[in-house]
Amino acid sequence: MDRFLGFVKKEFFHIFRDRRTMIILFGIPIIQLMLFGTVITNEIKDARIAIYDQSKDEMTQEITSKLLSSGYFLLDRNLQTTNDIEAILKKGRVKEVLVFGRDFSRKLKREGKADIQIIADASDPNLAKMLTSYTTGIINDYIFKEMGDLHLPMQVEPEVRMVYNENLQSVYMFVPGIMAMILMLISAMMTSISITREKELGTMEILLVSPLRPVQIILGKVTPYLLLSIINAVLILGIGHFIFGVPIKGSWVLLMGESVLFILMALCLGIMISSLSKTQMVAMFISVIALMLPTILLSGFIFSIENMPLPLQVVSHIIPPRWFIVILRNIMLKGVGMAYVWKETLVLVFMALLFVTIAVKKFKTRLE
Amino acid sequence: MIKITNICKSYNNTQALQGISLEVNDGELFGLIGPDGAGKTTLMRILMTLLIQDEGQAEMNGLDVVKDYKRIRQLVGYMPGRFSLYQDLTVEENLSFFATVFGTTIEENYELIRDIYVQIEPFKNRLAGKLSGGMKQKLALSCALIHKPEILVLDEPTTGVDAVSRKEFWDMLKKLQKQGITILVSTPYMDEAGLCDRVALMQEGEVLSIDTPARIVENYSSTLLAARSDEMHRLIEDLRHWEKIDSAYAFGQFAHVTPKDDEMEAVELEQYLMHKKHNNLQVHEIAPGIEDVFMALMSGDRSY
Repeated sequence: MDRFLGFVKKEFFHIFRDRRTMIILFGIPIIQLMLFGTVITNEIKDARIAIYDQSKDEMTQEITSKLLSSGYFLLDRNLQTTNDIEAILKKGRVKEVLVFGRDFSRKLKREGKADIQIIADASDPNLAKMLTSYTTGIINDYIFKEMGDLHLPMQVEPEVRMVYNENLQSVYMFVPGIMAMILMLISAMMTSISITREKELGTMEILLVSPLRPVQIILGKVTPYLLLSIINAVLILGIGHFIFGVPIKGSWVLLMGESVLFILMALCLGIMISSLSKTQMVAMFISVIALMLPTILLSGFIFSIENMPLPLQVVSHIIPPRWFIVILRNIMLKGVGMAYVWKETLVLVFMALLFVTIAVKKFKTRLE
Repeated sequence: MIKITNICKSYNNTQALQGISLEVNDGELFGLIGPDGAGKTTLMRILMTLLIQDEGQAEMNGLDVVKDYKRIRQLVGYMPGRFSLYQDLTVEENLSFFATVFGTTIEENYELIRDIYVQIEPFKNRLAGKLSGGMKQKLALSCALIHKPEILVLDEPTTGVDAVSRKEFWDMLKKLQKQGITILVSTPYMDEAGLCDRVALMQEGEVLSIDTPARIVENYSSTLLAARSDEMHRLIEDLRHWEKIDSAYAFGQFAHVTPKDDEMEAVELEQYLMHKKHNNLQVHEIAPGIEDVFMALMSGDRSY
């Protein structure tokens, strides 16, 4: 036991004395969380639009003011001719132009039909799609309210409700994703690097010759990172909950339990990587390319798995964060209990066992 | 006691060790002497249970290096060729880490390392990475000794260390030997061979000769001449082209020359070189050192 504690102590010295390690451990999680939480967002806020109003009647004025008071749009300028439309879109600052046809309200009242044209800058297709749908939404809303007596032949009015994230806040989606990513980074990459560093510096040679058993070496390496990862998990959940207001509807205990399980799985993965690679560079490459990229792209963190091509959907099954993100979202946003996440939990347990078996089998008590 | 019988080891297609057999007695200071690539490190790693030999047996104090590797790891002290301590830990932290790993404390075995450790103790709060080469070696030796090993294996401990530190280091080894520790040390420096009780001269995975340094030199029967002039490079070329010369190689400021005929006198060599128009000639007969024996052995000299 003394040997083990001595080893853990030494490991903490390594961690606390290396500035880079400290930055990766505590700087990156906070910075990434802030970045994803605030800067990168799928919501529209203050998008600049231009309006070419050919009728300038009461109704078009009202629609305009509805749009501008929604908080989504800012009026850049009013246009006077059709030629201005292209010119202003080319400049790039204005993302959408709204054109009201002639005699808007009169036509609408008499013929039950009026023309509005929405021209959006689709060089950013996602943004354009969102702008147009927001705009149409607001206009339709107005028309329905104003022209309640309009008798259309048939009318279906869908009532939409976004459950578990009523306001479609993207931070709800990012916090679980970032949590999976950071824990993966710290647990898998840092352990694999710290074990391969011993190999590279030749200290592994001495550790092997010492009476330390392989299990003691591995556990001694992993324990500090387990503790630090748990601290990080609490930190990320804390920032997400208290600063960004992400709800945690389920039980904190279950949430932490699942996080510890995920951390253990990632640590096993890290040990496996370290026993497969000889140098720190190789370990880092495997961690970044084989772990980070799939975590970001294929785990459902940013892109939803249902919309991926089938082969990628299949591949996503072997990506551990995919399961963890589902667990996190279920517990945090839906507030469900173990009964709803046991399948994903089992997958993680199985993965952890698999990795640790490979790691132990591959760990060499000798140099080759 | 270390007993090695017919050990072979190859990496891919390179034969690193080709049937090595040797014995190191209890309490002996035994040297493995040979150039880089002779197989010294491979042999030591096999003894340290870090590699498995392809053929042959090796025993450390009667324990087999393959079967009983766990027990061997308790009783040996090892200092690898590269500085293998934690550069980001201080001197004291390194030492106490290795002490705990071996289940002991610095205080418990302080006696054994005292002579060495007092020299680095003033720097005990300095990071190991910031020590000088000689200091690093002393720290590494202290760490290898902290658990009172019965056998100490040192892989080129003095490579890259200044002359004064080298001498100090060998003095320490002598002292440790007096405490009954069996020591196996490798070195590429021939001048250190004379400090060992017995040496094995190694080259390309084979042992050329095993004996005490004195006897190895005694057994060298050839005459050896030393020569120098203003133009050393041309001198050696001229000597190598003379049919009466077996070998000639640069050795410090002189060329060491082995004639084919042991009866050749220095005068005859001098006359030949004067004939070749060398200026400031000096030629005299010398007693061979261990380097000369090694050079002769390496070139497969039959006169040995």
